[in-house]
Amino acid sequence: MTEHPMLIVEDLHVTYDTPTGVVRAVNGVSFELGREKLGIVGESGSGKSQTGRAILGLTAGGTVTAHRLEFEGIDLLNASERTMREIRGGRISMILQDPKYSLNPVMTIGAQIEEAFIIHSKATKQEARARTIEMLKAVRIREPERVYKTYPHEVSGGMGQRIMIAMMMIPEPAIIIADEPTSALDVTVQLQVLAILDDMITRRGTGLIFISHDLNLVASFCNRVLVMYAGKVMEQCSAAELANANHPYTQGLLNCLPRLDAGQDELPVLQRDPSWA
Amino acid sequence: MPDRTSCRFCNAIPVGLEISDTLVIEVQDLNVVFGRGARSFHAVRDVSFGVDRGQSFGLVGESGSGKTTVLRAIAGLLGNVAHVTGAMKVADEELKQNRSRPFRRRVQMVFQDPYGSLHPRHTVDAILSEPARVHQLDRIKDRVVKALEEVGLDASFRFRYPHQISGGQRQRVSVARALIIEPDIVLLDEPTSALDVSVQAEVLNLLMRLKREHRLTYVLVSHNLAVVAHMCETLSVMQNGAVVETMTVEQLRSHNPTQPYTKQLLTASLGYDRAAIDAFEEFDSK
Repeated sequence: MTEHPMLIVEDLHVTYDTPTGVVRAVNGVSFELGREKLGIVGESGSGKSQTGRAILGLTAGGTVTAHRLEFEGIDLLNASERTMREIRGGRISMILQDPKYSLNPVMTIGAQIEEAFIIHSKATKQEARARTIEMLKAVRIREPERVYKTYPHEVSGGMGQRIMIAMMMIPEPAIIIADEPTSALDVTVQLQVLAILDDMITRRGTGLIFISHDLNLVASFCNRVLVMYAGKVMEQCSAAELANANHPYTQGLLNCLPRLDAGQDELPVLQRDPSWA
Repeated sequence: MPDRTSCRFCNAIPVGLEISDTLVIEVQDLNVVFGRGARSFHAVRDVSFGVDRGQSFGLVGESGSGKTTVLRAIAGLLGNVAHVTGAMKVADEELKQNRSRPFRRRVQMVFQDPYGSLHPRHTVDAILSEPARVHQLDRIKDRVVKALEEVGLDASFRFRYPHQISGGQRQRVSVARALIIEPDIVLLDEPTSALDVSVQAEVLNLLMRLKREHRLTYVLVSHNLAVVAHMCETLSVMQNGAVVETMTVEQLRSHNPTQPYTKQLLTASLGYDRAAIDAFEEFDSK
Protein backbone atom coordinates (compact mmCIF):
# COMPACT_ATOMS: atom_id res chain seq x y z
CA MET A 1 0.00 0.00 0.00
CA THR A 2 2.86 2.37 0.73
CA GLU A 3 5.05 1.55 -2.26
CA HIS A 4 5.45 5.22 -3.05
CA PRO A 5 4.78 7.02 0.17
CA MET A 6 3.77 10.65 -0.35
CA LEU A 7 4.66 11.58 3.17
CA ILE A 8 7.54 10.22 5.23
CA VAL A 9 7.78 11.04 8.93
CA GLU A 10 10.78 9.74 10.82
CA ASP A 11 11.48 10.33 14.49
CA LEU A 12 9.29 13.43 14.83
CA HIS A 13 9.57 15.41 18.06
CA VAL A 14 7.50 18.41 19.15
CA THR A 15 8.51 20.09 22.38
CA TYR A 16 7.18 23.08 24.27
CA ASP A 17 9.19 25.08 26.75
CA THR A 18 6.95 25.93 29.67
CA PRO A 19 7.72 27.55 33.03
CA THR A 20 7.37 24.12 34.63
CA GLY A 21 9.78 22.40 32.25
CA VAL A 22 9.91 20.97 28.75
CA VAL A 23 6.73 19.25 27.55
CA ARG A 24 7.37 16.52 24.98
CA ALA A 25 4.06 16.60 23.10
CA VAL A 26 5.33 14.32 20.33
CA ASN A 27 8.19 12.04 21.21
CA GLY A 28 9.74 10.14 18.32
CA VAL A 29 6.87 9.37 15.94
CA SER A 30 7.56 7.65 12.61
CA PHE A 31 5.17 6.63 9.85
CA GLU A 32 4.63 6.75 6.11
CA LEU A 33 1.52 7.71 4.22
CA GLY A 34 0.48 6.56 0.75
CA ARG A 35 -2.88 6.77 -1.02
CA GLU A 36 -4.75 5.39 1.95
CA LYS A 37 -6.74 6.25 5.03
CA LEU A 38 -4.44 6.28 8.02
CA GLY A 39 -6.06 6.68 11.44
CA ILE A 40 -4.26 8.15 14.43
CA VAL A 41 -6.05 7.31 17.67
CA GLY A 42 -5.29 8.13 21.25
CA GLU A 43 -6.65 9.88 24.31
CA SER A 44 -6.53 13.62 24.83
CA GLY A 45 -2.96 14.73 25.32
CA SER A 46 -1.49 11.77 23.46
CA GLY A 47 0.03 14.03 20.79
CA LYS A 48 -2.17 12.98 17.87
CA SER A 49 -3.25 16.52 16.93
CA GLN A 50 0.27 17.86 17.46
CA THR A 51 1.57 15.25 15.01
CA GLY A 52 -0.90 16.46 12.37
CA ARG A 53 -0.08 20.09 13.00
CA ALA A 54 3.69 19.56 12.94
CA ILE A 55 3.44 18.25 9.36
CA LEU A 56 2.09 21.63 8.26
CA GLY A 57 4.35 23.66 10.55
CA LEU A 58 1.39 24.82 12.65
CA THR A 59 2.86 24.33 16.12
CA ALA A 60 2.91 27.87 17.43
CA GLY A 61 5.48 28.24 20.18
CA GLY A 62 6.68 24.66 19.84
CA THR A 63 9.97 23.29 18.53
CA VAL A 64 9.69 20.66 15.81
CA THR A 65 12.59 18.36 15.05
CA ALA A 66 12.67 15.21 12.98
CA HIS A 67 15.16 12.89 11.39
CA ARG A 68 13.06 13.18 8.24
CA LEU A 69 9.81 15.02 7.44
CA GLU A 70 9.33 14.76 3.72
CA PHE A 71 6.37 15.38 1.43
CA GLU A 72 6.83 14.37 -2.24
CA GLY A 73 10.57 14.91 -1.92
CA ILE A 74 10.26 18.32 -0.22
CA ASP A 75 11.91 18.64 3.18
CA LEU A 76 9.11 20.26 5.18
CA LEU A 77 11.35 21.25 8.08
CA ASN A 78 13.72 23.36 5.97
CA ALA A 79 11.27 24.53 3.31
CA SER A 80 10.94 28.30 2.84
CA GLU A 81 7.84 30.01 4.19
CA ARG A 82 6.85 30.62 0.57
CA THR A 83 6.96 26.91 -0.27
CA MET A 84 5.07 26.11 2.93
CA ARG A 85 2.31 28.55 1.95
CA GLU A 86 1.91 26.74 -1.35
CA ILE A 87 1.75 23.40 0.39
CA ARG A 88 -0.66 24.46 3.14
CA GLY A 89 -4.19 24.29 1.83
CA GLY A 90 -2.92 23.58 -1.69
CA ARG A 91 -1.10 20.24 -1.51
CA ILE A 92 -1.88 19.28 2.09
CA SER A 93 -5.05 20.60 3.67
CA MET A 94 -6.57 20.28 7.08
CA ILE A 95 -10.13 19.73 8.26
CA LEU A 96 -10.68 20.80 11.86
CA GLN A 97 -13.14 19.64 14.46
CA ASP A 98 -15.81 22.26 14.81
CA PRO A 99 -17.15 24.16 11.79
CA LYS A 100 -18.56 26.74 14.19
CA TYR A 101 -15.04 27.86 15.02
CA SER A 102 -13.10 27.01 11.92
CA LEU A 103 -15.22 28.81 9.31
CA ASN A 104 -14.91 32.59 9.04
CA PRO A 105 -18.12 33.96 10.60
CA VAL A 106 -18.10 37.23 8.64
CA MET A 107 -17.55 35.82 5.14
CA THR A 108 -20.21 34.09 3.07
CA ILE A 109 -19.69 30.39 2.50
CA GLY A 110 -19.27 30.92 -1.23
CA ALA A 111 -16.59 33.57 -0.76
CA GLN A 112 -14.62 31.34 1.64
CA ILE A 113 -14.58 28.33 -0.65
CA GLU A 114 -13.70 30.51 -3.64
CA GLU A 115 -10.84 32.08 -1.74
CA ALA A 116 -9.36 28.64 -1.07
CA PHE A 117 -9.50 27.91 -4.79
CA ILE A 118 -8.23 31.24 -6.12
CA ILE A 119 -5.21 31.36 -3.80
CA HIS A 120 -3.95 28.04 -5.12
CA SER A 121 -4.76 28.46 -8.84
CA LYS A 122 -4.88 31.09 -11.57
CA ALA A 123 -8.62 30.82 -12.01
CA THR A 124 -10.83 33.82 -12.67
CA LYS A 125 -13.65 34.82 -10.36
CA GLN A 126 -16.27 33.26 -12.66
CA GLU A 127 -14.42 29.96 -12.90
CA ALA A 128 -13.98 29.92 -9.14
CA ARG A 129 -17.68 30.51 -8.62
CA ALA A 130 -18.62 27.71 -10.99
CA ARG A 131 -16.17 25.33 -9.30
CA THR A 132 -17.49 26.31 -5.86
CA ILE A 133 -21.09 25.54 -6.80
CA GLU A 134 -19.93 22.26 -8.32
CA MET A 135 -18.04 21.43 -5.11
CA LEU A 136 -21.07 22.23 -2.94
CA LYS A 137 -23.08 19.83 -5.10
CA ALA A 138 -20.36 17.20 -4.73
CA VAL A 139 -20.66 17.31 -0.92
CA ARG A 140 -24.42 16.84 -1.41
CA ILE A 141 -25.63 20.23 -0.37
CA ARG A 142 -29.11 20.86 -1.69
CA GLU A 143 -29.68 24.28 -3.23
CA PRO A 144 -25.97 25.11 -3.61
CA GLU A 145 -26.81 28.52 -5.10
CA ARG A 146 -28.66 29.52 -1.96
CA VAL A 147 -26.04 28.11 0.42
CA TYR A 148 -23.33 29.94 -1.54
CA LYS A 149 -24.74 33.24 -0.28
CA THR A 150 -25.31 32.21 3.36
CA TYR A 151 -23.07 32.79 6.39
CA PRO A 152 -21.73 29.97 8.60
CA HIS A 153 -24.18 30.65 11.45
CA GLU A 154 -27.09 29.97 9.09
CA VAL A 155 -26.16 26.33 8.44
CA SER A 156 -26.28 23.22 10.65
CA GLY A 157 -23.22 21.47 12.04
CA GLY A 158 -23.34 18.63 9.53
CA MET A 159 -23.69 21.09 6.67
CA GLY A 160 -20.87 23.24 8.05
CA GLN A 161 -18.56 20.25 8.09
CA ARG A 162 -19.51 19.34 4.52
CA ILE A 163 -18.67 22.93 3.58
CA MET A 164 -15.27 22.52 5.27
CA ILE A 165 -14.68 19.39 3.23
CA ALA A 166 -15.64 21.23 0.02
CA MET A 167 -13.22 24.02 0.89
CA MET A 168 -10.37 21.63 1.65
CA MET A 169 -10.96 19.46 -1.42
CA ILE A 170 -11.32 22.26 -3.97
CA PRO A 171 -7.55 22.82 -4.55
CA GLU A 172 -7.29 19.02 -5.06
CA PRO A 173 -4.68 18.36 -2.37
CA ALA A 174 -2.57 15.22 -2.28
CA ILE A 175 -3.09 14.76 1.44
CA ILE A 176 -5.88 15.72 3.82
CA ILE A 177 -5.29 15.85 7.55
CA ALA A 178 -8.65 15.57 9.30
CA ASP A 179 -8.46 16.34 13.02
CA GLU A 180 -11.58 14.97 14.71
CA PRO A 181 -13.61 16.11 11.69
CA THR A 182 -16.93 14.68 12.86
CA SER A 183 -16.67 14.56 16.65
CA ALA A 184 -19.09 17.47 17.06
CA LEU A 185 -21.78 15.75 14.97
CA ASP A 186 -24.54 13.23 15.70
CA VAL A 187 -23.71 9.62 14.79
CA THR A 188 -25.83 9.34 11.67
CA VAL A 189 -24.74 12.74 10.33
CA GLN A 190 -21.15 11.84 11.20
CA LEU A 191 -21.29 8.72 9.05
CA GLN A 192 -22.96 10.56 6.17
CA VAL A 193 -20.24 13.23 6.22
CA LEU A 194 -17.53 10.57 6.34
CA ALA A 195 -19.11 8.74 3.41
CA ILE A 196 -18.84 11.93 1.33
CA LEU A 197 -15.20 12.39 2.35
CA ASP A 198 -14.50 8.72 1.68
CA ASP A 199 -16.01 8.82 -1.83
CA MET A 200 -14.07 11.97 -2.74
CA ILE A 201 -10.67 10.81 -1.57
CA THR A 202 -11.14 7.37 -3.09
CA ARG A 203 -12.01 8.89 -6.49
CA ARG A 204 -9.05 11.27 -6.46
CA GLY A 205 -6.50 9.06 -4.77
CA THR A 206 -5.98 11.47 -1.91
CA GLY A 207 -4.10 10.34 1.18
CA LEU A 208 -5.95 10.86 4.46
CA ILE A 209 -4.68 11.21 8.01
CA PHE A 210 -7.72 10.76 10.20
CA ILE A 211 -7.15 11.88 13.79
CA SER A 212 -9.76 10.65 16.24
CA HIS A 213 -10.38 9.42 19.77
CA ASP A 214 -13.07 7.01 18.57
CA LEU A 215 -11.52 3.56 18.19
CA ASN A 216 -14.55 1.86 16.72
CA LEU A 217 -14.96 4.55 14.11
CA VAL A 218 -11.29 4.46 13.09
CA ALA A 219 -11.31 0.66 12.97
CA SER A 220 -14.27 0.65 10.60
CA PHE A 221 -13.31 3.72 8.51
CA CYS A 222 -9.53 3.59 7.99
CA ASN A 223 -7.12 1.16 6.34
CA ARG A 224 -4.33 1.42 8.86
CA VAL A 225 -4.12 2.69 12.45
CA LEU A 226 -1.45 4.27 14.64
CA VAL A 227 -2.21 4.13 18.34
CA MET A 228 -0.57 6.95 20.28
CA TYR A 229 0.08 7.44 23.97
CA ALA A 230 2.19 10.09 25.69
CA GLY A 231 3.61 11.35 22.40
CA LYS A 232 4.70 7.93 21.19
CA VAL A 233 3.32 5.37 18.78
CA MET A 234 2.38 2.36 20.87
CA GLU A 235 1.29 0.23 17.98
CA GLN A 236 0.71 0.24 14.21
CA CYS A 237 -1.66 -2.21 12.61
CA SER A 238 -4.20 -2.64 9.87
CA ALA A 239 -7.58 -1.26 10.90
CA ALA A 240 -9.30 -4.59 10.45
CA GLU A 241 -6.85 -6.12 12.91
CA LEU A 242 -7.34 -3.47 15.61
CA ALA A 243 -9.61 -5.72 17.66
CA ASN A 244 -6.75 -8.25 17.87
CA ALA A 245 -4.17 -5.62 18.77
CA ASN A 246 -1.21 -6.82 20.81
CA HIS A 247 -0.26 -3.82 22.84
CA PRO A 248 -1.76 -3.73 26.34
CA TYR A 249 -2.60 -0.03 25.92
CA THR A 250 -4.65 -0.67 22.76
CA GLN A 251 -6.28 -3.67 24.41
CA GLY A 252 -7.03 -1.59 27.50
CA LEU A 253 -8.63 1.18 25.46
CA LEU A 254 -10.81 -1.29 23.57
CA ASN A 255 -11.86 -3.14 26.69
CA CYS A 256 -12.99 -0.10 28.63
CA LEU A 257 -15.65 0.76 26.03
CA PRO A 258 -19.17 -0.19 27.12
CA ARG A 259 -20.50 -2.81 24.73
CA LEU A 260 -23.80 -2.87 22.90
CA ASP A 261 -23.92 -6.61 22.36
CA ALA A 262 -23.39 -7.87 25.90
CA GLY A 263 -23.81 -6.56 29.42
CA GLN A 264 -21.00 -6.30 31.96
CA ASP A 265 -21.22 -5.59 35.66
CA GLU A 266 -18.11 -3.52 35.70
CA LEU A 267 -16.02 -2.05 32.91
CA PRO A 268 -12.35 -3.07 32.91
CA VAL A 269 -10.34 0.03 33.76
CA LEU A 270 -7.22 0.87 31.80
CA GLN A 271 -4.08 0.13 33.82
CA ARG A 272 -1.32 2.44 32.67
CA ASP A 273 2.20 1.10 32.64
CA PRO A 274 4.86 3.75 33.37
CA SER A 275 7.15 2.07 30.84
CA TRP A 276 4.85 3.16 27.96
CA ALA A 277 5.63 6.84 28.40
CA MET B 1 -53.18 -15.20 48.10
CA PRO B 2 -53.09 -11.60 49.35
CA ASP B 3 -50.82 -9.35 47.41
CA ARG B 4 -49.10 -7.67 50.31
CA THR B 5 -45.57 -6.49 50.79
CA SER B 6 -46.14 -4.24 53.78
CA CYS B 7 -46.74 -5.27 57.36
CA ARG B 8 -50.47 -5.79 57.86
CA PHE B 9 -50.49 -4.16 61.27
CA CYS B 10 -48.44 -1.04 60.88
CA ASN B 11 -48.10 -0.67 57.09
CA ALA B 12 -44.29 -0.55 57.34
CA ILE B 13 -42.47 -2.02 54.40
CA PRO B 14 -39.86 -4.63 55.39
CA VAL B 15 -36.28 -3.66 54.59
CA GLY B 16 -35.22 -4.95 51.18
CA LEU B 17 -38.72 -5.26 49.79
CA GLU B 18 -39.34 -1.62 49.20
CA ILE B 19 -36.98 -1.33 46.29
CA SER B 20 -39.09 -2.64 43.45
CA ASP B 21 -42.57 -1.93 42.18
CA THR B 22 -42.58 1.59 43.47
CA LEU B 23 -42.67 4.32 40.92
CA VAL B 24 -40.57 7.23 42.09
CA ILE B 25 -40.74 9.16 38.83
CA GLU B 26 -43.94 9.44 36.84
CA VAL B 27 -44.09 11.75 33.85
CA GLN B 28 -47.39 12.05 31.97
CA ASP B 29 -47.84 13.88 28.67
CA LEU B 30 -45.02 16.32 29.26
CA ASN B 31 -44.92 19.17 26.76
CA VAL B 32 -42.39 21.97 26.74
CA VAL B 33 -42.72 24.99 24.46
CA PHE B 34 -40.08 27.70 24.34
CA GLY B 35 -41.21 31.19 23.36
CA ARG B 36 -44.61 32.32 22.19
CA GLY B 37 -46.58 32.74 19.00
CA ALA B 38 -45.04 32.24 15.59
CA ARG B 39 -41.50 31.95 16.91
CA SER B 40 -42.29 29.35 19.54
CA PHE B 41 -40.48 26.03 19.56
CA HIS B 42 -42.13 22.83 20.69
CA ALA B 43 -39.12 21.09 22.30
CA VAL B 44 -40.84 18.19 24.09
CA ARG B 45 -44.01 16.54 22.77
CA ASP B 46 -46.26 14.28 24.87
CA VAL B 47 -43.47 12.47 26.67
CA SER B 48 -44.54 9.92 29.30
CA PHE B 49 -42.49 7.47 31.31
CA GLY B 50 -42.12 5.98 34.77
CA VAL B 51 -39.08 4.86 36.73
CA ASP B 52 -39.11 2.40 39.63
CA ARG B 53 -37.04 2.99 42.73
CA GLY B 54 -33.50 1.73 42.31
CA GLN B 55 -33.78 1.49 38.54
CA SER B 56 -31.95 3.40 35.84
CA PHE B 57 -33.85 4.86 32.95
CA GLY B 58 -32.13 6.12 29.82
CA LEU B 59 -33.14 8.84 27.40
CA VAL B 60 -31.27 8.54 24.09
CA GLY B 61 -31.41 10.77 21.08
CA GLU B 62 -29.49 13.05 18.78
CA SER B 63 -28.84 16.70 19.52
CA GLY B 64 -32.03 18.72 19.57
CA SER B 65 -34.22 15.71 20.31
CA GLY B 66 -35.37 17.20 23.62
CA LYS B 67 -33.76 14.70 25.99
CA THR B 68 -31.97 17.26 28.13
CA THR B 69 -35.08 19.46 28.22
CA VAL B 70 -37.02 16.57 29.80
CA LEU B 71 -34.37 16.34 32.51
CA ARG B 72 -34.39 20.08 33.11
CA ALA B 73 -38.20 20.06 33.28
CA ILE B 74 -38.06 17.48 36.09
CA ALA B 75 -35.35 19.39 37.93
CA GLY B 76 -37.30 22.65 37.53
CA LEU B 77 -34.48 24.35 35.68
CA LEU B 78 -36.41 25.67 32.69
CA GLY B 79 -37.37 28.96 34.28
CA ASN B 80 -39.93 31.34 32.85
CA VAL B 81 -38.94 31.11 29.19
CA ALA B 82 -40.54 27.70 28.79
CA HIS B 83 -44.21 26.77 28.95
CA VAL B 84 -44.43 23.36 30.64
CA THR B 85 -47.62 21.29 30.68
CA GLY B 86 -48.36 17.73 31.75
CA ALA B 87 -48.21 15.92 35.07
CA MET B 88 -45.00 15.00 36.85
CA LYS B 89 -44.87 13.13 40.13
CA VAL B 90 -41.35 12.75 41.42
CA ALA B 91 -40.19 11.68 44.87
CA ASP B 92 -43.78 11.60 46.18
CA GLU B 93 -44.49 15.14 45.09
CA GLU B 94 -46.76 16.50 42.37
CA LEU B 95 -44.50 18.95 40.65
CA LYS B 96 -45.81 22.47 40.13
CA GLN B 97 -44.10 25.69 39.11
CA ASN B 98 -41.57 25.72 41.94
CA ARG B 99 -39.61 22.92 43.55
CA SER B 100 -39.73 22.53 47.32
CA ARG B 101 -36.64 22.26 49.47
CA PRO B 102 -37.34 18.58 50.33
CA PHE B 103 -37.59 17.89 46.59
CA ARG B 104 -34.24 19.52 45.97
CA ARG B 105 -32.76 17.44 48.74
CA ARG B 106 -34.03 14.21 47.19
CA VAL B 107 -33.40 15.00 43.53
CA GLN B 108 -29.99 16.11 42.29
CA MET B 109 -28.47 16.60 38.88
CA VAL B 110 -25.00 15.99 37.39
CA PHE B 111 -24.22 18.10 34.35
CA GLN B 112 -22.43 17.27 31.14
CA ASP B 113 -19.43 19.50 31.13
CA PRO B 114 -17.15 19.25 34.16
CA TYR B 115 -15.25 22.25 32.80
CA GLY B 116 -18.31 24.49 32.82
CA SER B 117 -20.32 23.26 35.79
CA LEU B 118 -17.83 23.91 38.61
CA HIS B 119 -17.18 27.45 39.80
CA PRO B 120 -13.65 28.27 38.63
CA ARG B 121 -12.85 30.47 41.65
CA HIS B 122 -14.24 28.13 44.30
CA THR B 123 -12.15 25.39 45.86
CA VAL B 124 -13.46 21.83 45.84
CA ASP B 125 -14.19 22.34 49.53
CA ALA B 126 -16.35 25.41 48.84
CA ILE B 127 -18.11 23.66 45.96
CA LEU B 128 -19.03 20.68 48.12
CA SER B 129 -19.89 22.65 51.28
CA GLU B 130 -22.40 24.92 49.58
CA PRO B 131 -25.23 22.40 48.99
CA ALA B 132 -24.72 21.02 52.51
CA ARG B 133 -25.02 24.55 53.93
CA VAL B 134 -28.09 25.34 51.81
CA HIS B 135 -29.80 22.27 53.25
CA GLN B 136 -28.68 23.21 56.77
CA LEU B 137 -26.77 20.00 57.39
CA ASP B 138 -24.41 19.59 60.31
CA ARG B 139 -20.77 18.37 60.35
CA ILE B 140 -20.13 19.87 56.95
CA LYS B 141 -16.38 19.22 56.97
CA ASP B 142 -16.89 15.52 57.72
CA ARG B 143 -19.46 15.30 54.96
CA VAL B 144 -17.10 16.90 52.45
CA VAL B 145 -14.32 14.46 53.30
CA LYS B 146 -16.72 11.54 53.15
CA ALA B 147 -18.23 12.66 49.83
CA LEU B 148 -14.74 12.93 48.31
CA GLU B 149 -13.86 9.50 49.64
CA GLU B 150 -17.02 8.03 48.09
CA VAL B 151 -15.98 9.21 44.64
CA GLY B 152 -12.42 7.96 45.05
CA LEU B 153 -10.65 11.24 45.84
CA ASP B 154 -8.65 11.75 49.01
CA ALA B 155 -8.88 14.72 51.34
CA SER B 156 -5.90 16.41 49.67
CA PHE B 157 -8.28 17.51 46.90
CA ARG B 158 -10.29 19.68 49.27
CA PHE B 159 -8.37 22.88 48.76
CA ARG B 160 -7.68 22.62 45.07
CA TYR B 161 -9.39 24.66 42.37
CA PRO B 162 -11.14 23.00 39.42
CA HIS B 163 -8.37 24.00 37.00
CA GLN B 164 -5.83 22.15 39.15
CA ILE B 165 -7.49 18.75 38.65
CA SER B 166 -8.14 16.61 35.57
CA GLY B 167 -11.44 16.30 33.68
CA GLY B 168 -12.22 12.91 35.22
CA GLN B 169 -11.49 14.21 38.72
CA ARG B 170 -13.73 17.22 38.05
CA GLN B 171 -16.60 14.96 37.05
CA ARG B 172 -16.01 13.00 40.27
CA VAL B 173 -16.33 16.30 42.17
CA SER B 174 -19.61 16.99 40.30
CA VAL B 175 -20.91 13.59 41.39
CA ALA B 176 -19.76 14.26 44.96
CA ARG B 177 -21.57 17.61 44.93
CA ALA B 178 -24.79 15.88 43.90
CA LEU B 179 -24.43 13.12 46.50
CA ILE B 180 -23.32 15.14 49.52
CA ILE B 181 -26.92 15.90 50.50
CA GLU B 182 -27.88 12.23 50.17
CA PRO B 183 -30.46 12.35 47.39
CA ASP B 184 -32.25 9.21 46.23
CA ILE B 185 -32.83 10.32 42.65
CA VAL B 186 -29.97 11.53 40.46
CA LEU B 187 -30.50 13.08 37.04
CA LEU B 188 -27.43 12.53 34.86
CA ASP B 189 -27.05 14.73 31.79
CA GLU B 190 -24.36 13.22 29.49
CA PRO B 191 -22.09 12.62 32.49
CA THR B 192 -19.20 11.17 30.49
CA SER B 193 -19.40 12.66 27.01
CA ALA B 194 -16.61 15.16 27.67
CA LEU B 195 -14.24 12.47 28.95
CA ASP B 196 -11.77 10.05 27.35
CA VAL B 197 -12.99 6.46 27.13
CA SER B 198 -10.62 5.23 29.85
CA VAL B 199 -11.87 7.94 32.21
CA GLN B 200 -15.45 7.30 31.11
CA ALA B 201 -15.08 3.69 32.25
CA GLU B 202 -13.94 4.85 35.69
CA VAL B 203 -16.82 7.33 36.07
CA LEU B 204 -19.42 4.80 34.86
CA ASN B 205 -18.09 2.20 37.32
CA LEU B 206 -18.27 4.82 40.07
CA LEU B 207 -21.89 5.68 39.21
CA MET B 208 -22.85 1.99 39.20
CA ARG B 209 -21.20 1.40 42.57
CA LEU B 210 -22.86 4.43 44.16
CA LYS B 211 -26.21 3.32 42.79
CA ARG B 212 -25.81 -0.11 44.42
CA GLU B 213 -24.56 1.25 47.73
CA HIS B 214 -27.12 4.03 48.12
CA ARG B 215 -30.05 2.49 46.22
CA LEU B 216 -30.15 5.45 43.90
CA THR B 217 -32.57 5.93 41.03
CA TYR B 218 -30.99 7.32 37.88
CA VAL B 219 -32.34 9.07 34.83
CA LEU B 220 -29.50 9.11 32.33
CA VAL B 221 -29.49 11.28 29.23
CA SER B 222 -26.96 10.34 26.57
CA HIS B 223 -26.40 10.28 22.84
CA ASN B 224 -24.30 7.15 23.27
CA LEU B 225 -26.37 3.95 22.98
CA ALA B 226 -23.61 1.78 24.43
CA VAL B 227 -23.36 3.93 27.58
CA VAL B 228 -27.13 3.79 28.09
CA ALA B 229 -27.16 0.04 27.47
CA HIS B 230 -24.44 -0.39 30.08
CA MET B 231 -26.15 1.72 32.74
CA CYS B 232 -29.90 1.31 32.31
CA GLU B 233 -32.61 -1.35 32.41
CA THR B 234 -35.06 0.49 30.19
CA LEU B 235 -34.70 3.36 27.75
CA SER B 236 -36.69 5.66 25.54
CA VAL B 237 -35.42 6.83 22.18
CA MET B 238 -36.32 10.44 21.45
CA GLN B 239 -36.49 12.31 18.19
CA ASN B 240 -37.85 15.77 17.48
CA GLY B 241 -39.11 16.11 21.03
CA ALA B 242 -41.18 12.94 21.02
CA VAL B 243 -40.50 9.42 22.27
CA VAL B 244 -40.10 7.16 19.23
CA GLU B 245 -39.80 3.93 21.16
CA THR B 246 -39.45 2.65 24.71
CA MET B 247 -37.73 -0.67 25.21
CA THR B 248 -35.71 -2.84 27.53
CA VAL B 249 -31.96 -3.08 27.22
CA GLU B 250 -32.34 -6.74 26.21
CA GLN B 251 -34.40 -5.65 23.22
CA LEU B 252 -31.70 -3.19 22.27
CA ARG B 253 -28.91 -5.71 22.73
CA SER B 254 -30.64 -8.30 20.60
CA HIS B 255 -30.88 -5.67 17.83
CA ASN B 256 -34.60 -5.87 17.99
CA PRO B 257 -36.04 -2.37 18.02
CA THR B 258 -39.33 -1.97 16.18
CA GLN B 259 -39.03 1.59 14.86
CA PRO B 260 -36.98 2.42 11.76
CA TYR B 261 -35.44 5.45 13.48
CA THR B 262 -34.12 3.32 16.34
CA LYS B 263 -32.83 0.72 13.91
CA GLN B 264 -30.90 3.37 12.01
CA LEU B 265 -29.47 4.82 15.22
CA LEU B 266 -28.34 1.35 16.25
CA THR B 267 -26.73 0.69 12.85
CA ALA B 268 -24.94 4.04 13.03
CA SER B 269 -23.63 3.25 16.51
CA LEU B 270 -21.89 0.13 15.23
CA GLY B 271 -19.35 2.05 13.12
CA TYR B 272 -18.64 3.01 9.51
CA ASP B 273 -20.35 0.84 6.94
CA ARG B 274 -20.38 2.49 3.51
CA ALA B 275 -23.27 0.41 2.15
CA ALA B 276 -25.48 0.94 5.20
CA ILE B 277 -25.02 4.72 5.05
CA ASP B 278 -26.58 4.92 1.59
CA ALA B 279 -29.69 3.33 3.03
CA PHE B 280 -30.00 6.00 5.75
CA GLU B 281 -33.27 7.90 5.71
CA GLU B 282 -34.01 11.45 6.76
CA PHE B 283 -36.19 11.57 9.84
CA ASP B 284 -36.18 15.34 10.14
CA SER B 285 -39.69 16.04 8.93
CA LYS B 286 -41.91 17.49 11.60
